Parts: sequence; structure tokens; C-alpha cells
Amino acid sequence: MLSFIVRRLLQTLPIILAVAAIIFVLFSVIPGTFASSMSDDGRSVLDAEVMARMNKEFGYDDPVYIRFGKYIADLATFDLGTSFRSRQPVTSVIADRLWPTAQLTLASMLFAIAMGVPLGFIAALRPGSWVDMVSMVTAVSGLSLPKFWLGLMLMYLFALVLGWLPSFGYGDGSLRYLILPSIALGVAPMALLARTTRAAVLEIMNADFVRTARAKGMSERRVVQWHLTRNALVIVLTTIGLQFGTVIGQAVVVEKLFAWPGLGSLLVDSVTLRDIPVVQGSILVIVLLFLLINMLVDVLCAIIDPRIKYS
Amino acid sequence: MSEQPLLEVENLRIDLTVGGTKFPAVQDVSFTIKRGETFGLVGESGCGKSITSLALIGLLRHPLSIGAGTIRFDGREIQALSPGEMRKLRGDRISMIFQEPMTALNPLSPIGRQIAEMFVLHRGATWKEAERLSIEALANVRVPAPERRIKDYPHQLSGGMRQRVMIAIALACEPDLLLADEPTTALDVTVQAEILELIRDLSAAKGTAVLMISHDLGLIANMCRRVGVMYAGRLVEERFATEVFQSPSHPYTSGLVASLPLLGARSKYGRQRLKEISGVVPPVAAFPTGCRFNPRCYAATEVCGTEDPGVTPLARGGLVRCHHHE
Repeated sequence: MLSFIVRRLLQTLPIILAVAAIIFVLFSVIPGTFASSMSDDGRSVLDAEVMARMNKEFGYDDPVYIRFGKYIADLATFDLGTSFRSRQPVTSVIADRLWPTAQLTLASMLFAIAMGVPLGFIAALRPGSWVDMVSMVTAVSGLSLPKFWLGLMLMYLFALVLGWLPSFGYGDGSLRYLILPSIALGVAPMALLARTTRAAVLEIMNADFVRTARAKGMSERRVVQWHLTRNALVIVLTTIGLQFGTVIGQAVVVEKLFAWPGLGSLLVDSVTLRDIPVVQGSILVIVLLFLLINMLVDVLCAIIDPRIKYS
Repeated sequence: MSEQPLLEVENLRIDLTVGGTKFPAVQDVSFTIKRGETFGLVGESGCGKSITSLALIGLLRHPLSIGAGTIRFDGREIQALSPGEMRKLRGDRISMIFQEPMTALNPLSPIGRQIAEMFVLHRGATWKEAERLSIEALANVRVPAPERRIKDYPHQLSGGMRQRVMIAIALACEPDLLLADEPTTALDVTVQAEILELIRDLSAAKGTAVLMISHDLGLIANMCRRVGVMYAGRLVEERFATEVFQSPSHPYTSGLVASLPLLGARSKYGRQRLKEISGVVPPVAAFPTGCRFNPRCYAATEVCGTEDPGVTPLARGGLVRCHHHE
């Protein structure tokens, strides 16, 4: 078991390196530098001398391969560089933003799981019933609504019209501020989970071993408890893992909309300012989170499903 | 002991509902099985053998349903039973083995637990007692080292072993009737023989009646005392197994017998093409009028295409459904 986890961790190393390289190349070829972003239109020259000095200071006059070498060497010591803007180490800039993002993604995934899985389950146990219809219509609309639009509607209804919840911001970090953004972010994975759960349960309902269970004289409730749930869980768990990654990525939109001080809004701001070390660092951390969550899901699946081998 | 048969099936019809229209997938099927008797059902795929057995255990699911007829088990009409009463019967007094041992067991549950469920469900045993009983049950189906095997998952077992586990489950509560739906079709030939022997020995030891379903006439003739031949949802012939081979009455049965490959036939008679019955079983929605076998029958005459043949009793016992039976 432990060696399985260690091996999975080692497998993520080449992926991280590849991602680091892609990000680096990407931000080396896009036009504009931190210096040029200082000007109004992002292109015109402030003052040739100032620009040259800033570029030199940030190491931009070195050739690309030397900069890449430095970057990787720093990475090996967990040094993500220094932010151009705040002059702070990127690691600490990101660390400040990590918790709000973790809160947001966890809350939205909890919402998605708590709503989507039971919804799909109930729908599958009564296919064709009104419960099924309602939940699947909800699921399809949930998947089709754009997040920013949904967020705006939530703000309008719950903050402006009803006045129950704050419209945006992190506030004092209390749960009240978390509710609207996590719903806006959680509706799509909720819908997808409902559909996946429904499909998984329906598929297993028709499996041969469920027929065997019925032939044993088991009641439908027992069939669900003893044979169906565990089998459906493997499929649902995999979907949850994948959705977690998607949610971290999509948090960018919602964080920006709700002025949520997370990794996503940090990323957007840093791209506009060409604060390259922060951009590279945030993307890398997001990728890392994605990999870690998927590894966790793989481990859980391996615990549930004996057919997945540890070795 | 009374001579009341264990199972009586009378004029059973099973409907297949497609878009509001009902097609009889099985029609006018009647047979009886006595206590401890082995009865075989044989026929090509799509003849309605499997759904007949599912009807007996009350497991037909939409779009299939019992349309008419009665099934009496031990004197009680099973269609009249409540779902709860039917559940008590299933597994305990009627049990079933399926064709695919690969998929018929839950992949995420140790086999010991899957056997133990039977004792918990029907004998009110605790899980601990049930585990001990499941070790015994595994030993009964000749699985070596059963106390270690109970912790294995289905994917760790061979096909033959899995089918043994299925048999252990089916016979756990010593049922009166065992429905074996093509129990060896998915297995190697050598394993087939072992499994059949196991079914025969165990059912004989406990006086369990067996309904053996197969497309393999040779296997059925070996295992069963009496044989029912099904074609396109109908029982076309019902005889003692030994007679079916010697003097098949229905042209379809003759065709099945003739199409059996004979070991050593090539050296004896030279290289010959295997006999076959031309054509295929018609789909349920397109059963022909008259005798359902007439489009494929070598003996068909005009009457076969228009009139449905009735059941004729045969002189030495048994029935045939043919205008021109021999």
C-alpha cells in the first residue's frame, strides 16, 4: 500500500517537470514584459533606459535556456522566485491565497457531492419517474449554465433582492461569504455527478451479479446495500476526483467574479501585470493539487476495488 | 410420499412488450418435474429456455412478463405469492445457476461473504456462523483449502472455480429445485465434465430436482431423465432422454440429433460435412403462422403453414407437437 502511494508520487514528478517546461516556454514567447505592462496600452515605451534597467533587474536579458536552467534549479529547492510586483517570495504570495481557494473548492465539491450523488441515486432507482425527470432536467440545466451568469443571478437574488448573504468578497472569512461562490462553482460538478451516478447505478442494476443477488432471495433494499453501493462508489469516486481538478481550474472565473482572494484571482491579476514568477508558480500549484487529488482518488479506488493491484 | 409433482408448469405464456404491443416469446409451455428428477430443456439460442427458467424463479423483468398459464411449485401457485413470500422461496427452495460465472459474482465482494449471505438471508445465521457454514459449502463443491479461499475475490478464481462458488451458493440452503441455465457453456470442455458431475452428485445426494437448460443435446441426454425440446417459444417434443436419441419424433429434434458431431466419424465414414438445420430461429415479433418450425422443416406440407399443430401424446410416453410426427 505504502509503496503504491510512493510510486504514484514518483510518477507525478515527470508530469510536474513537463508542466513547468510548458508554462515557462509559454510565458517566454508571449509578448509583453512586466516593464511594458506598466504603460497604459501595454506596448508603448515608457523610457528605453528604465525598461532596460527593469528587464536587467528581473533577469530578462539572459537567453531563454539560461533562464530556464535557473528556474528549474530554483524549483528543485522549492524556490518559485520573487514576485515582480510585491518583491515577496512567490511561495509566500501563493501560500496566502491557498487557503481561500481550498475553502472555495472544498465547499463547492461538498455541495456537488451532497446534492448530486443522492439525486442521481434516487433517479436511477426510479427510472422514468417524476423524481428522475426533475433531477435530470436540473442536471442538464446545471451543466449548461455559464458560471459567471449563475454567479450574477445568485448575487442578484440572495444579496440584492433578499439581502440574506453578502454579495462578494472574503469578508471576515466567515461561512456567510463562502455560500454564494461555492454554489456558483458547485452547480456544474453537481449536475455531472448526478448524471454519472445515475448512469453507474442503472448499469449496475442490470449487471449479472445483481440478478444473482435477486435469485438469492434478497430484497431490493439489501441488493442496493450489499451489492450495488460499493460497485457504484468506484465509478462515482473517479468522477469526483476528475471534477475536483476541473473545479480548481474553473475557480478562476468565480473567484474573479466574487472578488475572492484565492489562487485564481491571483493568477488573473498576475497575467495582466506579466508578473511571470507568480503566474508560473500559481499554475504549478494548481497542477500539483490536481495531481494530488487524483492520486488520493486512485488510492481510495484501490482500497475499494480488489481488482486494482497495488503492485 | 405423495405423487404430487414438485413443479407443474401449465400453458405458460411469456409476453415481450415492445412499444405497447405484446408478443408471446414463450407460448403453451407445459411440463412437470418430480421431486429429485432431472429435466432438461434444449433448443437453439432464442427459443425461450432461459426466460422460462427466469419465470419459474420470478425474476422476469420488464419488458418480459408472464402473460398466461400457471406455475405451481409444491402445490402452490407462485404467481399468487406476494413479493415477500416469493423472496423467501427464491434461493431457499428454488435456486439458480447462471451461464456466465465471470459476471454472475460481485467483483468487489469476497466469495465467502457471497456464500454466507445465503445463510444470513434464509437461516437467520449471524455473519460468524455463516462464515463457518460457507467454508463447509465450499468444501462440498470440492474447492481445495476452502478456509483460505473464502477471502478470495472472484477475479482471483478460474472460471471453473467461480462456477463451483455459484453452485455452492445455489445449493447452500439445500433447495428442492435447482435451475441450471447453461451452467457449463462458458467453460472449458474438461472443466465442463467436472461441473456437471458435481451438479449431478450433489443434487442426487440431497434429492434436489434439477432443471438443466442447454443448447447441447448430448449434455442434456447425459444428465437428464426426461428432455423437453423447445423451438421458437414452444415445447415441440417431450420424451425420456434415451428415446430422444434413438427415435426423435419432431423434425426439429431429428435435426438437432443429426447435427451432433460424432467422435471418430471421420475415420469411419470419411470426411463429411456436419449436418445442420438451415435457417435461423425467427425473432419473437416474426414467428411464422402455423407450425413455427415450418419454414425450416424438411417435412413441411401445406397444412404446416396454415394450421398450428396440437400436442399429440406418444405411445411410449411423451408428447410431440407436429402434423407429421414419426
